[in-house]
Amino acid sequence: MGNPEEYQKLEGKIFTKSFFILLSVVLLGFYFVGVRYVKGIGAVSNMSDGYPWGIWITYDVATGTAIACGGYAVAILVYIRNRMQYHPMIRSAILTSMFGYGLAGFSVMVDLGRPWNAYNFFIPSKWQANSAMFEVALCVMAYSTVLILEFLPAILTSIEQSKWERMNAVRNWLHPKIAPDQKSMQDKLEMVRLGAIWLKPRLNKVLIFFIVLGITLPTMHQSSLGSLLLIASTKLHPLWHTGFLPLLFLLNCVFIGYAIAILESIISSYSFRRPFETEELSGLAALIPFVTVIWLSVVIGDLAYRGQIGAALKGDFYSGWFMTEFLLVASGSLLLFFKKLRKSPRWLFTSASLIVLGGALYRFNVYLIGFNPGQGWRYFPSFAEVMITVGIVALEVLGYKVFVALFPVLPNTSAHGGGHAPAKKAAAQKGKKASIEVQHAPVEAH
Amino acid sequence: MKNPSRRDFLKLAGATGAGLLACGAGSALANEGTQINNEELGMLYDATKCVGCKACMASCKRVNSDYGSLSYEKAKFDSDGLWDAPSDLSGSTRTLIKLFKESEQRWSYVKYSCMHCQKPSCVSVCPVSAMTKEKVSGIVDYNKNTCIGCRYCQIACPYNIPKFQWEKALPQIVKCDLCKATNLREKGISACAEVCPVGAIKFGKRKDLLAEAHQRLKDTPDRYLPHVYGEHEGGGTNHLYLASMPFNKLGLPDIKPEAPAEFSEKIQHTIYKGFIAPVALYSTLCFIAVKNMKKHQGHDGHDHNKEEK
Repeated sequence: MGNPEEYQKLEGKIFTKSFFILLSVVLLGFYFVGVRYVKGIGAVSNMSDGYPWGIWITYDVATGTAIACGGYAVAILVYIRNRMQYHPMIRSAILTSMFGYGLAGFSVMVDLGRPWNAYNFFIPSKWQANSAMFEVALCVMAYSTVLILEFLPAILTSIEQSKWERMNAVRNWLHPKIAPDQKSMQDKLEMVRLGAIWLKPRLNKVLIFFIVLGITLPTMHQSSLGSLLLIASTKLHPLWHTGFLPLLFLLNCVFIGYAIAILESIISSYSFRRPFETEELSGLAALIPFVTVIWLSVVIGDLAYRGQIGAALKGDFYSGWFMTEFLLVASGSLLLFFKKLRKSPRWLFTSASLIVLGGALYRFNVYLIGFNPGQGWRYFPSFAEVMITVGIVALEVLGYKVFVALFPVLPNTSAHGGGHAPAKKAAAQKGKKASIEVQHAPVEAH
Repeated sequence: MKNPSRRDFLKLAGATGAGLLACGAGSALANEGTQINNEELGMLYDATKCVGCKACMASCKRVNSDYGSLSYEKAKFDSDGLWDAPSDLSGSTRTLIKLFKESEQRWSYVKYSCMHCQKPSCVSVCPVSAMTKEKVSGIVDYNKNTCIGCRYCQIACPYNIPKFQWEKALPQIVKCDLCKATNLREKGISACAEVCPVGAIKFGKRKDLLAEAHQRLKDTPDRYLPHVYGEHEGGGTNHLYLASMPFNKLGLPDIKPEAPAEFSEKIQHTIYKGFIAPVALYSTLCFIAVKNMKKHQGHDGHDHNKEEK
């Protein structure tokens, strides 16, 4: 949605050294996925009947989707808070969300013991509306579809303007043996292009309703991710087991979402050698403390109400993890109260990292660390289990890198006049320090 | 660009989170309570009578091995695979006798298997209705043809009963179903209760078992702790226990009378009642977003961020 000149493709090669490093990590992860399907989950993981959910659910699903909430958090800001100046950030946020959710779905299929029965989610007679997981599953599936629709304009724009250079190169490479001749392929590709031109304005008209759906669905399933553990009243430590789990998870994903949008922007600016979007980021950063302060007060208020403050300060294993989580979020937010720190990419990076770490640790605490099924059970992820997760994360990064090169995703550094001048100035100043080369990609013609 | 004010932020929080906040707090007040159905089938296990012969375990495997693709578990020292020696309930074992020994004089056997709760957590959380509770018999049953293997039932069960076949490429959940398709159908009694040589396991309707348990407590009070485990625990279970030692020492957790599922469903139902909240949220957000879009389009594209100042 919006003005296509706001975005640009990243110029440069796709097959870089980091591409192949990431690819090898992905392949290693997928090797273990193969082992899991042949020999059973027990062969690759340390999960047990006491700890039936390990790092796949805890990280890939419960934490990964929160980290993928950048698209959700920025969409609220742009469309509901009507801060259209953040619009240039939305595509990269949505792209990250798309990979985050898509791969969370993928890792669920690795984790499910009987995935071939998953079609039951679509059979109304099997629906079980009491189950928070039923709600999470349907919402996540729906949201993944919505994310693809939200990202579709970028793909359509790309197809519209494509001269099919890569496609032709592949064809020429394959040519006499398997590829069709130049003429028929050109005709077919032209059909695709015309289809894209036909579809795009129509999609643009209804897209806002999908975007709003893309705000509603995460509101629902992120809170339900907290609801999942409501039933474990005897297993989850009282520091974390509360009726407010749904609310805490919802707030948690919002502040993680903004923090991750900041991190993602800084990291991609740095690694793709583009100017920092400091002005936008500091505005975004100013929002975080409001959400975290609510979150922190609900946490404290609820502990006090349930008489668990003592347990939080006890100094044992659980209180240690609780304090770490709490202090990470609190200290990250504290930094963001200072306007000066908000203007510095370095401090923005530090505070956003603290908040993401603390927010993610909260989810780990609820799903794993604070979960105690009784004496004798122990869980620490196995190497293979961790490698599957690392492989999935590597695939996300890989996908992001390829997509920003293929499609107009990143904010256009040269197309913004007026409102974005300060950002360019700030970036130019920082440029000296971080040796940034500002690349001016050609404005996409329209 | 100006910094967002507190009031602006609260507006946003109101649009997205306040409904949930109200629900989370409000739901704690409503209380319906589980209706206990004493006509359901169950078992009474008397730990003071049990002699630990494990005939119940052997009988369970013999009768049910086809149902649930149970296999025998090798003992750790046993390279030839001769000895079935389960150390705990597992994907191959639905019931188990354990010995708790406090000292040479004070010890007790205890039998583990599904407690067949009145309001089972596993049924409450199963997203595809693979866990069900039979209306008449009250048996908590598992259907492998529906199960997706998410293992949420294992997370939810306070007694850690449903087990998963971790080593199998095509695994399933394993738990006691009171021999529903096997011994109960053929002989009207579960296999473990049928073979118990000392009458430590009594099979029957919950009301009869409860009456029997209280009678025993009355007749020989010195023999028992004055408590029938399962009468009220977790909303009540159909598998009841009598013992001479504290139940938590025998591995049976202290659970409040409210069923865990009661608590979680209350919150979930309050949030999603009639699907009103999500629909209201969606329509409200649509209204705001469309209005914002229109307002935005009314201005020149590049001037938009001045409008709010």
